[in-house]
Amino acid sequence: MSRRARTLLAVAALAGLALVLAVALHGLPGVGDPHGPNARSVPVVLAKERHAANAVNGVTYDLRATDTLGEELILFVAALGAAVLLRAGRGEQGGGDTEDDTPPTSGALRVVGAVLVGPVLVLGGYVVTHGHLTPGGGFQGGVILAAALLLVYAAGQLVALERVRPIDLVEAVEATGALAFALVALGGLIFSGALLANFLATGTLGELLSAGTIPVLSVATGIEVTAALTLILSELLDQTLVGGRG
Amino acid sequence: MTVVQLVALAAVAVGGTVTVLVRDPVRQAMAAGIFGLALAVLFFLFEAPDVALSQIVVASVAVPLMVLLTLAKLRRDDEEPDDE
Repeated sequence: MSRRARTLLAVAALAGLALVLAVALHGLPGVGDPHGPNARSVPVVLAKERHAANAVNGVTYDLRATDTLGEELILFVAALGAAVLLRAGRGEQGGGDTEDDTPPTSGALRVVGAVLVGPVLVLGGYVVTHGHLTPGGGFQGGVILAAALLLVYAAGQLVALERVRPIDLVEAVEATGALAFALVALGGLIFSGALLANFLATGTLGELLSAGTIPVLSVATGIEVTAALTLILSELLDQTLVGGRG
Repeated sequence: MTVVQLVALAAVAVGGTVTVLVRDPVRQAMAAGIFGLALAVLFFLFEAPDVALSQIVVASVAVPLMVLLTLAKLRRDDEEPDDE
């Protein structure tokens, strides 16, 4: 196809897409003013029956938790696949002989990276454990915790990096997170007669230990996400920056 | 809709366009990271803080880093021709 024909096709397709989008957007409710049945009933149901203050997290880990179980397993398999693929390519290079051309890490980056590791870890832990009260939850907190690993790398501590992510342990932790989620799911089946039913005491609305299985599943997801991202990034870092060490 | 929301929408539009127009993959990864950060601000302003939290880390840190690492790996493979 000639360049001219491709441009014509692109312009026509974009115009059609813009038209369809404009029609679709015209029918949406106003920003911050939802009138759908779910927008009105879900927060009330979650606050009254599950004592969960954050409706988004309540939907993710209670009303729609089966979906989250699937997502969690997708991430688990994806991390596993990435690790297997990257590990198979490990023997391709002989030693890290191309290290010399990388510029040294600047002092400012080292200091900022090292100083931020602690606060980022605390923030990640807070976001994981308070998902049922304030915005956040297992996935959000998990990615923040995994970002702390990148700060260790940014600070140039390759030796320290070896210590904070022993690959075998990370793999075991990832499996533990996924298994914990599956066990809580089965717990609902055993104690309440339905998969992922909220079978724990729901406590008082707004307290840290409340909302039944929601914070438990959130922590399980946090562990799984942290380990999965750490695994993928560690394997990539091994491949590219440390040189193909065996 | 407030002025701040309009500014955030404009920033996302500009960021997305710049990401497409930049041709060098390394710069594209950086542009995509800034675009992701603009999206995170947009989510926050439109009352979706849960999505914004994951967007900040995933789109502005994790994805650009994975792209950069993959590019570094591909370039290293190119520099070392197979002698078998």
